[in-house]
Amino acid sequence: EALLQLVEKADGGVDSLDVASSIGVDHQVIVGAVKSLQSLGDVISAEQRSSKHWELTDEGTELAEQGSHEARVFGSIPLEGLPQSELMKLSFGKIGFSKAMSNKWIRVDKSHEGGPRIFRSNIQDQVREKLLLVRSGAQLEEKDKNELKKRKLLTEVTVKSYWITRGSSFSTTLTKQETELTPEMIATGSWKDRKFKPYNFEAMGVAPDCGHLHPLMKVRTQFRQIFLEMGFSEMPTNNFIESSFWNFDSLFQPQQHPARDQHDTFFLSDPALAHEFPQDYLERVKTVHSEGGYGSQGYKYDWKMEEAQKNILRTHTTAVSARMLYKLAQQEKFTPVKYFSIDRVFRNETLDATHLAEFHQIEGVVADYGLTLGDLMGVLHQFFTKLGITKLRFKPAYNPYTEPSMEVFSYHEGLKKWVEVGNSGVFRPEMLLPMGLPEDVSVIAWGLSLERPTMIKYGINNIRELVGHKVNLQMVYDSPICRLDS
Amino acid sequence: MPTVGVKRDILFNALGRSYTDEEFDELCFEFGLELDEITSEKEIISREQGDSKASGASDVILYKIDVPANRYDLLCLEGLVRGLQVFKNKLEAPRYSRVSPTTGEVQRLIITKETAAVRPHAVAAVLRNITFTKERYDSFIELQEKLHQNVCRKRSLVAIGTHDLDTISGPFTYTAKPPGDISFKPLNQNKEYTASQLMSLYKTDSHLRHYLHIIEDKPVYPVIYDSNGVVLSMPPIINGDHSKISLTTKNVFIECQDCVGRHGDHVQPELAYRKEKLTGEFINRKVGISEPTENIAQLLTRMCLLSQPTGAGDEIEVEIPPTRPDVIHACDIMEDAAIAYGFNNITRTTPRTYTVANQFPINKLTELLRQDLAAAGFTEALNFALCSQEDIADKLGKKISETRAVHISNPKTAEFQVARTSLLPGLLKTVAANRKMPLPLKLFEISDVVLKDETKDVGARNSRRFCAIYYNKSPGFEVIHGLLDRTMQLLEVKAAREQGYHIQAADDSTFFPGRCAEIFVHGKSVGRLGVLHPDVISRFELSMPCSALEMDIEPFL
Repeated sequence: EALLQLVEKADGGVDSLDVASSIGVDHQVIVGAVKSLQSLGDVISAEQRSSKHWELTDEGTELAEQGSHEARVFGSIPLEGLPQSELMKLSFGKIGFSKAMSNKWIRVDKSHEGGPRIFRSNIQDQVREKLLLVRSGAQLEEKDKNELKKRKLLTEVTVKSYWITRGSSFSTTLTKQETELTPEMIATGSWKDRKFKPYNFEAMGVAPDCGHLHPLMKVRTQFRQIFLEMGFSEMPTNNFIESSFWNFDSLFQPQQHPARDQHDTFFLSDPALAHEFPQDYLERVKTVHSEGGYGSQGYKYDWKMEEAQKNILRTHTTAVSARMLYKLAQQEKFTPVKYFSIDRVFRNETLDATHLAEFHQIEGVVADYGLTLGDLMGVLHQFFTKLGITKLRFKPAYNPYTEPSMEVFSYHEGLKKWVEVGNSGVFRPEMLLPMGLPEDVSVIAWGLSLERPTMIKYGINNIRELVGHKVNLQMVYDSPICRLDS
Repeated sequence: MPTVGVKRDILFNALGRSYTDEEFDELCFEFGLELDEITSEKEIISREQGDSKASGASDVILYKIDVPANRYDLLCLEGLVRGLQVFKNKLEAPRYSRVSPTTGEVQRLIITKETAAVRPHAVAAVLRNITFTKERYDSFIELQEKLHQNVCRKRSLVAIGTHDLDTISGPFTYTAKPPGDISFKPLNQNKEYTASQLMSLYKTDSHLRHYLHIIEDKPVYPVIYDSNGVVLSMPPIINGDHSKISLTTKNVFIECQDCVGRHGDHVQPELAYRKEKLTGEFINRKVGISEPTENIAQLLTRMCLLSQPTGAGDEIEVEIPPTRPDVIHACDIMEDAAIAYGFNNITRTTPRTYTVANQFPINKLTELLRQDLAAAGFTEALNFALCSQEDIADKLGKKISETRAVHISNPKTAEFQVARTSLLPGLLKTVAANRKMPLPLKLFEISDVVLKDETKDVGARNSRRFCAIYYNKSPGFEVIHGLLDRTMQLLEVKAAREQGYHIQAADDSTFFPGRCAEIFVHGKSVGRLGVLHPDVISRFELSMPCSALEMDIEPFL
């Protein structure tokens, strides 16, 4: 309130430093008062300003009071002189001696009996005089200032102060403002008479205490949703261990295919082999590989049961699609189906920023009479439209179990080029007919990885930051909800 | 996918016109190729070995073109140009035939029975009256290398040797001998070595050492001699120096031996053309177009499959050349028609397939549960299904033999030794990687573990688990216990000894003694919860107390 009185008296405003000295309190007290007045609204307006001035350091103050080191050296030498060793014992001895020497206030007689002895000449302690000048607020020459600064006797201090003027709702009397509404105020109605402290809407709120879903799983949820919206049923993909038979042979992938190499696929040592197969189907698969049939030349090689039996970690979820299509073929009467799955697959690959030994494959399959390549492209168009991707084009490709095979490219607006977003094709008759599906049934399918769209969606460059234990939990905490089409 | 590098200007010269990079990229896309990279020898060397090494190298522009893995006919400049020119209707597909030598006498390759122990099959052919230029020679050698890397599976299935026929004389013998009994001067060496010496010589050869394993452990090594006992080659490793081809070679003797082929006693190469008949309707129906038969025949001809309507209805006769071993079914022909038509010219249609969608029950339950566990304040982690034996056994204070884990036979590193049998190690490793995060850490995961199960065809099955941990300055058993109670509430299981769930003290080496309980639902054990053993905590490089819960969720379906 004392501050307010001063502000009222002053016409143009006051400086907080002057206020502090006139009331006789520390400047920080005034700063605190200014801040609390500011929070009350427009009682005052305060503009921050800063000023620089020179101040004596602790050492400077000592020197201003007791004289410079060299003067004290001078003062402590009696007329008859003093042994140098005695002088050096004094706290100011060392510095003072060299300065006093260079000022020629003292002299050393090295040949004196009992060691060098020091004698006084005459003195003018300019350092002390200059320090006293500074203390009184007077200005020094630049050269002198720098000399004293170098000796750490002076420092330049910046003082922040406020220029305080009256605000639009200036008053010298203060009503205390309430911080929060309380149950008592509501009960008594006292809130009507109170003034409330304004909120700082610039500050952040308090983060809620909550759990979080993993971003890759959020994206998985959205892909499931899309398939379900399109009428696709989910396949049972909860079998990571698969036989080479279902993973490769049933898909008409020859036994010498490089994907079946140790370098690409994880084989199992325990349990090393699968034992149960639908025998007559297995025979038909063997025949179509080794001799052909169903209009095919086959691959013409000796198909080996031992290769088919080898257990592996599935390399694609298409192994499950094969099982499902075989199951479908065993129905009394064929019914059209639309299937999907999103689950883990495994590759014995060299790992890098975008490749891990396991990833999630998204797969869609449609089986019906008379499906065409145009149908496949139409379904893909609908699927990708739900992901917010409308510009698609298709490139001929090769895949052992689909013919035709098409790589799906979408136009990336950011990169200004076409990027591959998935793979697709029509399953080969050599795969479908041995299963027992009707000859005029076509099966179209496509696949993509779950990780890649997720990395793009959440702007993650290194796959290890997304999947696995090295994940950054802060990223999980901070990741927004997933809407793939926006 | 194999990549073929060709010099751009030579390619354009052969194609009879030049393209901008974009135009050529477009042409590749349409044909099913991919212009992977535009570079130069200089750029490649400077990228791989640094600028200093690259200073003298050529800066002629190279196109690196990705070729589909089944198109061996496109693995060189000549093949690519032929394919593209025919595709663009600028060239008719050549017809290949075998020509007998003017002397009338064919060369013979005699295969002895000893080869059965190592690489039992072989064929040979002769290429006569050719003229190499530097470019052609390089392309010839590169094509051989591409074939080795791809269809020959890095020489493990097939190896090809080429020789200057004028330096050797038939008949040739393909046999197999113990390594000590084979001795010859190999390509680009200046003295004779025995086969055993060669195997140790090439141990350090950056290129050849990759092929040594193919025959290394065999009792006999394959070898080809001419009638004077000159060694042509020791497949699949190296040729003899004597018969090496050069720019002046006129007649090339080509031999291939393999492990899988079935060749009779024939005059080679067979160069067999095969004829297939199909209908225009078949193509139209499968692709989803309606082109006249005549047009379809033209589309196929543009893909090097010479085709003609037979006149009988919409029947088309298609001739499959020996260069297209990938065409084994009518669907392969149909694909070529679709490519020539242009995939992107096909009208996109919506199939009328009517189906009702169903979720897989265990996934539906998982999805619902995950949402509510996050709402209960736990954060979802996502860990690898593969891990080390140590993670699921030693570190949890268990023996690997107790775990029912499936084991991987060919892991490249210890991280891929087994499929996990518990979700707990993954969550603990996630905490360890996030020690800087504010406490408490509350994590969960619902995912599959893999267990051996003899009742399954493959001898193993997945099991869907729910695991949660609480990591803080105090163990917080009550927090994890509370989460169990909440989970049971979500699953509509009451707290009751018989008709609901209860927990009861259990011994488990993963947990601190006296701080572990087994979870029973309707009298059946579904999992465990408790305070982790301090040794387990330390083995995962953690320092705070931690309580955990892991249970099966399949019983709640």
